[in-house]
Amino acid sequence: MKAVLTFWALHRGELAALLGQHVLLVATATLVAVALGVPLGIFAARRPRVAAPIVACANIVQTVPSLAMFGFLLPVPLVGGVGARAALVVLILYGLLPIVRTTIAGLRGIDPSIRDAGIAMGMTSGELLRQVELPLALPSIVAGVRVAAVVGVGSATIAAAIGAGGLGEYIYRGLSMVDTTVILAGAIPAALLALSVDGALLWLERQLSARRRTRSVRTALGAAAAVMVIVLISSGAASGRAHGAMVVGSKNFTEQLILGEVVAQSIEREGIPVQRRMNLGGTLICDRALLNGDIDAYVEYTGTALTAVFHQPIQPDSSTVFAAVRALYARTGRTLLPALGFNNTFAILVRGDEARSRRLQTIEDAARESSHWRAGFGYEFVGRPDGYPGLVAAYGLRFPQPPRVMDLTLSYRALASGQVDLIAGDATAGLIKALDLVQLEDNRHYFPPYDAAVVARAETLLRQPKARAALERLAGRISAADMRAMNYAADVEHQDITAIARTFLSRIH
Amino acid sequence: MPDPAIEFREVTFARPPALPVLDRFRLTVEAGEVVAMVGRSGAGKTTLLKLVNRLLLPQAGAVLVQGRDTRDWEPIQLRRRIGYVLQEVGLFPHMTVGGNVSVVPRLERWPPERVDRRVSELLELVGLNAQQFGPRWPDELSGGQRQRVGVARALAVDPPVLLMDEPFGALDPLTRAELHAEFRRIQSRVRKTVIIVTHDMGEAFALGDRVGVLDEGHLVTCDLPHRVAASNDIRVRRLLDALPSVPRAHTDAAAAEHPSESGRTASAPPGDGR
Ligand SMILES: Nc1ncnc2c1ncn2[C@@H]1O[C@H](COP(=O)(O)OP(=O)(O)O)[C@@H](O)[C@H]1O
Ligand SMILES: [Mg+2]
Repeated sequence: MKAVLTFWALHRGELAALLGQHVLLVATATLVAVALGVPLGIFAARRPRVAAPIVACANIVQTVPSLAMFGFLLPVPLVGGVGARAALVVLILYGLLPIVRTTIAGLRGIDPSIRDAGIAMGMTSGELLRQVELPLALPSIVAGVRVAAVVGVGSATIAAAIGAGGLGEYIYRGLSMVDTTVILAGAIPAALLALSVDGALLWLERQLSARRRTRSVRTALGAAAAVMVIVLISSGAASGRAHGAMVVGSKNFTEQLILGEVVAQSIEREGIPVQRRMNLGGTLICDRALLNGDIDAYVEYTGTALTAVFHQPIQPDSSTVFAAVRALYARTGRTLLPALGFNNTFAILVRGDEARSRRLQTIEDAARESSHWRAGFGYEFVGRPDGYPGLVAAYGLRFPQPPRVMDLTLSYRALASGQVDLIAGDATAGLIKALDLVQLEDNRHYFPPYDAAVVARAETLLRQPKARAALERLAGRISAADMRAMNYAADVEHQDITAIARTFLSRIH
Repeated sequence: MPDPAIEFREVTFARPPALPVLDRFRLTVEAGEVVAMVGRSGAGKTTLLKLVNRLLLPQAGAVLVQGRDTRDWEPIQLRRRIGYVLQEVGLFPHMTVGGNVSVVPRLERWPPERVDRRVSELLELVGLNAQQFGPRWPDELSGGQRQRVGVARALAVDPPVLLMDEPFGALDPLTRAELHAEFRRIQSRVRKTVIIVTHDMGEAFALGDRVGVLDEGHLVTCDLPHRVAASNDIRVRRLLDALPSVPRAHTDAAAAEHPSESGRTASAPPGDGR
């Protein structure tokens, strides 16, 4: 807790900005949801036949996981893409259901004799609505707004995945760095925000219904816990293992999933059962899992291990780095097996047409253009010492605005659709080819070598010599072209990853 | 001869598949007259009133208000000329007593001072202290007070016609007797055309200049109270026999033995020696 307080003290400005973004996002989304949901609810309440389908639609929208929703909206013009606007659209869609539903319930719950009285006194339908129906339905509507706002505070943390900012940024950053302090630095204010929004609107609701028979509209106060649940689900990756099996892990992007599968199948070919624990949040989650024995092996990149895991200064030479990392792993009971054969360096990418028309070949060329560009980077790249800060210093990049922080996979599409102008991707990404992106040459050798290699627990390798032999046979067998082709098959052609790995292994053996 | 204030011409109203609630129903109400309609629960009394202010339209026949078919009236205009006291009172729970009484004047965009003056006037008319009751909320009133507010609200813009749906049904006998007296006192001042419906023959005798009996969609009779009391029609007798005793003895005794809350003695019922 003290660490969290220190973190807040150090990042006061940023925390305030993120909190501000969060509140703004939720408030705007809730207001728009009210502006749309209340009229929709009024319309539906008067026409029972329309009400059922409207509520059903809103229900369906509600069940789509928010990350999936962000994905669906990405290619949609105007409302989609990355950034606050798309996040706003998603939050509005989520907010609509509770508001429409409570508006309908509030209007339907009005005593018919009271409505009759209004009509009999010669109220027009507009007068009846304004003077009788809406005031009587108001506490119920406010209860819906309360649910929408509280759910909104929770969902808005996920919006950080598409670069909308907000407190979710700390949660994501913390998750990918396995730093509980950073996770809490985002989760605690988000939870407090949810609670205070809930409390404030509950108070309002009470005030409004104080003059009437207390109509207790009970709604999920637990929605405030949503933020905590997100954290728990995302971090609850490790638990239990089958007896005698080797556990193979991977990080959470396509190439890692393929390599994890290649490793797993190589071991299985030796008759050793394998348990798969793929899709772990990031480098540090994998590293910690390996250290704890939650996994036995995964594929790491030498440069990443040197800087992100062992916090050593960057070195340009590939074999020096390999030797250094190997020694560092050995000290902590782990073995770095021979490199697989390709170097997955960070690739600074721009759009193909832009590169051709402006004759961009190196990152130096890009530095010239950077003053009117917007950059978009993954969480890891922004946080890592060998990522964004060093890159800016090495090349003198000068972006007018701070880079947009977004999910790595989404950033390729954001670049292709022109929402950002420069991203840091993976050199082996299949999407580079698919989306006609161009990799700029790192002519100042800023990025260290990122040679892919299996890292495994030494103790496991001693127990399973056959597995070790099988993994050593992979040495130097996967070229950058192989990797890009496999990524392309998975990302663009949507081939099954298991099949891609199987085909590849039969080809090299 | 001026048009009657309200006229039902062969009115048929049904909610299929049920039998018609009103079947070629005929009734004429003259201006300034109080007609009390009696019928058992479900006889169609509320339906009858809703046909007058066009909350319902008949399937056949016509309801004429001041000589004009309700179909030809602009509904809003028609309703603002007709005061309606609902069976359930139907006070707006989110408005004070003053707010409830002033709904129609405000709809008619009266200037605020005029609205305020009218509210005090009306509350005093129905026997409520305006200062004390104006700012109260409906749930701070007794049943009898609520009914009085309902009447005040219906009279707000001085409509020529007043419809009252079992207005005193849910009250204790004492309060009821007092309100009957109040009603007659108010009516003697405001001279509205009134249709009042009730399931209680006693109440009809107490309030109506004429008493009608509604049975299976038909108007069985509509006549002076003492003639109705003397009727031999089985459908009328059933309602009469439901009373504790014959009207003359009953009302006289009640008036003598149970002076009303306010100390005023209910005046003799109409038809008794008039
Ligand atoms: N909204 C409605 N829908 C269907 N039937 C109704 C409705 N209102 C009243 N009725 C039926 O019409 C008949 C007359 O009702 P009503 O006029 O309310 O009777 P009363 O006021 O004399 O008790 C009853 O049989 C009742 O069940
Ligand atoms: Mg009724």
